[in-house]
Amino acid sequence: MSYNTKELIKNAYRITSQRGFTALRIRVPGGHLEASYLGLIQDIARRYGNGTVHLTTRQGFEIPGIPLDKVPEVNRLLAPLLEKEAALGVPIENFQAGYPAAGTRNVTACIGSRVCPFANFDTIALAQKIESLIYPNHYHVKIAITGCPNDCIKAHLQDIGIIGQVEPEYDPGRCIACQACVKNCRQFIVGALEMDNYQVQRDGKRCLGCGECILQCPMAAWTRGPRYYRIVALGRTGKKSPRLAATFLEWIDEKAVLQVIANLYRYIDRHIDRSLPKEHVGYIVDRTGYQVFKEELLEGVDLGPKGRVARELPFYGYSYDRNLYMEG
Amino acid sequence: MGYKLTPAGFGALLDELATNYQIFGPVRYAGKGRLAGTDLTTYGPVRSVSDLVWDARTTFAPKEVFFPVKESLLYFSGQEITEPSLEMKETLVFLRACDLNAVSRLDKIFLANGPEPDSYYARRRQHIHFVLMECQEGFPGCFCVSMGTNMATGHQAALRLENDHYLLQALAEPWIALGERYGQPARVEPVWVEKNPLTVRVPERVDIALFQHELWREYACRCIACGRCTLSCPTCSCFSVQDVIYRDNPERGERRRVWASCQIDGFTDMAGGHQVRADRGDRIRFKVLHKIYDFRRRFGINMCVGCGRCEEVCPEYISFARCVNTLNQLMEVQGRDA
Repeated sequence: MSYNTKELIKNAYRITSQRGFTALRIRVPGGHLEASYLGLIQDIARRYGNGTVHLTTRQGFEIPGIPLDKVPEVNRLLAPLLEKEAALGVPIENFQAGYPAAGTRNVTACIGSRVCPFANFDTIALAQKIESLIYPNHYHVKIAITGCPNDCIKAHLQDIGIIGQVEPEYDPGRCIACQACVKNCRQFIVGALEMDNYQVQRDGKRCLGCGECILQCPMAAWTRGPRYYRIVALGRTGKKSPRLAATFLEWIDEKAVLQVIANLYRYIDRHIDRSLPKEHVGYIVDRTGYQVFKEELLEGVDLGPKGRVARELPFYGYSYDRNLYMEG
Repeated sequence: MGYKLTPAGFGALLDELATNYQIFGPVRYAGKGRLAGTDLTTYGPVRSVSDLVWDARTTFAPKEVFFPVKESLLYFSGQEITEPSLEMKETLVFLRACDLNAVSRLDKIFLANGPEPDSYYARRRQHIHFVLMECQEGFPGCFCVSMGTNMATGHQAALRLENDHYLLQALAEPWIALGERYGQPARVEPVWVEKNPLTVRVPERVDIALFQHELWREYACRCIACGRCTLSCPTCSCFSVQDVIYRDNPERGERRRVWASCQIDGFTDMAGGHQVRADRGDRIRFKVLHKIYDFRRRFGINMCVGCGRCEEVCPEYISFARCVNTLNQLMEVQGRDA
């Protein structure tokens, strides 16, 4: 058997534990797909795979048990899925050749405002927009989008996590001082609201922009103002120093988010260690330091009047060096 | 007198009205709904014909136009007390038949309940004039026919949106003159909703034994005491009083009244810490019986006008209509057993 594993991997196939067999990863930007595509996935799994399908942690489908010599045939069947990518704006050169890259992972999203009342925006739509901005790309980057700071998609474990924010607008003339917002913010969120003289005072520097006060308010005294985003950066799992992402930017608009992501790829391109088979962006930042990362990611970015940037990213609190704290 | 108006004609009519009146009606505020990507339809200033929303029920009722959410009752400065004066433009409110009937309920409470009319309400109310927006059919959850509030009186004019034009029934000035100026004479008979998909049967009498019924225990678990049902209700009139001391001068301040809700914690708190209705099931019982029984015993009409808002705004899917129908069934069973 002769197969170029590097090419297979870039084509979204995996080298598996079963010699001679591969597994195909199907991208589902935003984790949302018309049900009509399920027939195609079922067809590939039954005819070429072992009849099973795995739901990946990145909201895609993985079809295991595909004989390596069937890869070209399977690739031809993927045309409708690649056409869907193209419809999002992803440049696809050959619709018969399977996925053009796999390094930049599927952009994941929580279900967002189409279904979830807590979500501050349509996360799926933004995931699809970002897919068209960054795919195909061989750089290993993980991006996830979540509608509110509950962070159900685990944006804090990504290189770039995008969290929806809304600026709540308060009309004191409609507030009946029921305190629903104040109690909720204090108990479940950051305690950014205080009642003073029968009027709610909001600490804008403390507020996460989660929008819960708007949801709680029975009088529409709190309503939705402009939508913003918070970016948490450089979270990761892995065998070397896993960590939760930290807030890099907040209260920025969608245009700024997209520019920051475009800049991330330029930054990787400048600094990646090409002697390695691949280098995950988090480890590049470990080398260049945060200040270089920050400077280059903010090139040409308009943060707007409310935008805030982290002076440094406070990574601490978790270490794989267990000898520091384990007995024996 | 009846008139047919084009949207442009009706727009010109509104423009002329706006010189002498402030105009309120159902208005849609884009992106201002509770949930992301949704709109808020509620009462607000009407600046043009296209502002008027016909295809949705408002989240809040028109009462806030003349029963403000917050109203300063008096200002105090040291030993002096001043009552704020009111300069109010004549005000037109576009509203549905149920909501117009609701005004008569508010009038009962504020003008005919105590020994004196409520002067703050009365002085606003005299400047308020109504234009009926005819319903071709109700919205989901409406039960005006059951409550007898599908028809209304007390409006200056009635308006119907029919295809691409408006039909105006002018019952008083300035509407007759305006109809003559901006419309074509037409035969316009009032149209009332005659059937709702939802029927509510109000029990004639509610036995005090039902106070202990397990029905209320179910609501005690389900209700979250947010108060939306009452704050959106066109007939709820409860308010609380706040004494606000100005932060920069504690010698000065004001006394306000502010909407309150029998469903929200604190409503029945008394000095010494006693709560009359701590249990949420008891609060719902109190509200429901006020709407369909206690008010009627005092004023001869039911308080509820069947607008359906309380059910639509409840985040816990609690249905007032179902509750009333359940009470009616329980009373019928009791009647049979007796």
